[in-house]
Amino acid sequence: MILTQLLQGEPYNLQKQEKQPILLEGLNELNAWHHQNCTEYSNLLDAIGMEPPWYTKSVTETPYLTVPLFKQLELKSISEEDVFKVLHSSGTTGQTPSRIFLDRDTAALQSKTLVRIMQHWLGKPRRPMLILDHPGVIKDRQAFTARGAGIQGISFMGRNHCYALHEDMSLNLEAIIKFEQAHSHEPVLMFGFTFMVWVYFLQALQKEGIKLNFPKGFLLHSGGWKKLQDQSVDNSTFKQEAQQLLGLNAVHNFYGMVEQIGSIFVECEEGHLHTPAYADVLVREPGSWKVLNTGQTGLLQLVSLIPKSYPGHSLLTEDLGKILGEDSCPCGRAGKYFLVEGRMKRTEVRGCSDTYNVPT
Amino acid sequence: MTNTEKLQQTFATALAIDINRITDELAYNSIKEWDSTAHMILVAELEATFDILLDTDDIIDMSSVAESKRILAKYDLRFD
Repeated sequence: MILTQLLQGEPYNLQKQEKQPILLEGLNELNAWHHQNCTEYSNLLDAIGMEPPWYTKSVTETPYLTVPLFKQLELKSISEEDVFKVLHSSGTTGQTPSRIFLDRDTAALQSKTLVRIMQHWLGKPRRPMLILDHPGVIKDRQAFTARGAGIQGISFMGRNHCYALHEDMSLNLEAIIKFEQAHSHEPVLMFGFTFMVWVYFLQALQKEGIKLNFPKGFLLHSGGWKKLQDQSVDNSTFKQEAQQLLGLNAVHNFYGMVEQIGSIFVECEEGHLHTPAYADVLVREPGSWKVLNTGQTGLLQLVSLIPKSYPGHSLLTEDLGKILGEDSCPCGRAGKYFLVEGRMKRTEVRGCSDTYNVPT
Repeated sequence: MTNTEKLQQTFATALAIDINRITDELAYNSIKEWDSTAHMILVAELEATFDILLDTDDIIDMSSVAESKRILAKYDLRFD
């Protein structure tokens, strides 16, 4: 399998001419696999007139599904007895959450890919880890929420895990202070979801008048900016506040979706999100669905070589963004680098999966 | 107690299963008791039992009881 080979290498050293053929081969393998093993997926390919053996000549031709389809259908390419774990997107009240079905192999590939990517940023030793959330989020081990799965995945990079919040989202000051006393001068890892880190950790620390000191700390956070933009908090405000209140330098956001857990896009020192060797990003023009050029804003399509137990290897998101370049980021990492600029209203998102008639 | 006995005891405690189920073939994610949550508990218990620090490669490579012996052997531990 292509991904297994790629995981032996570094996440950010494949230049375009090397990466694209490997990625294409991996995606073609997955197209064929899902067509054979997922009835809904094969109906979809038939509906858009894709002929066997679904070997496309370029990554841009890879068929894509829209994310809401995972809410409407049970999409899986494994038998019921091989389902090892089901992930649920958080989804607001009244909405059906996405359900992502995992078998042992796909779950293991998710962990492995995530660790390979994060090793690049954190090194191989596990770091004392402060989880900026409460312990209740991973209570139900058989059915994780997106939030629980994210925390669980990143926890592999840590040791001496400590939750910074109580179940009611208030600061667990006792735990935080104890963690600081024990690990202040070590390279620690802090992780949480952007909005919650801002509201329940950084703002709460400020209210209490507490400043922490982790000179070798690394704050990793993930999640959209929409709710924070409403409060006029952008990435640089977030970063400055975090640096000041936590006494650290490294603050990195990452972008990823529950439908493609494992292949995440981490923000570099320049503030750009980077594609690892195992995944890629394309930008499509809403309406025409044509692939846009570097610098043009459109809907992000994400491809990942991980999803084998469910057909989520090529997805049109509801996020707007633009590619800034490929192999040319001043930080020196190879691969495409991009920005996420916001979210499109759900009703406006249409992809080729709309041609599939969803039974109601 | 031999290292093998210590290892089996640690697995049984961390995964909360009977010690008789701890065989070389037992694999990560093959039973519901050995999922990613239990894996982190297992790693912490192994570190405490054998007084070692495992790195992130060790954690993702530790896919079975047999593999765990191979990995722990890197830290000068012998399993006969």
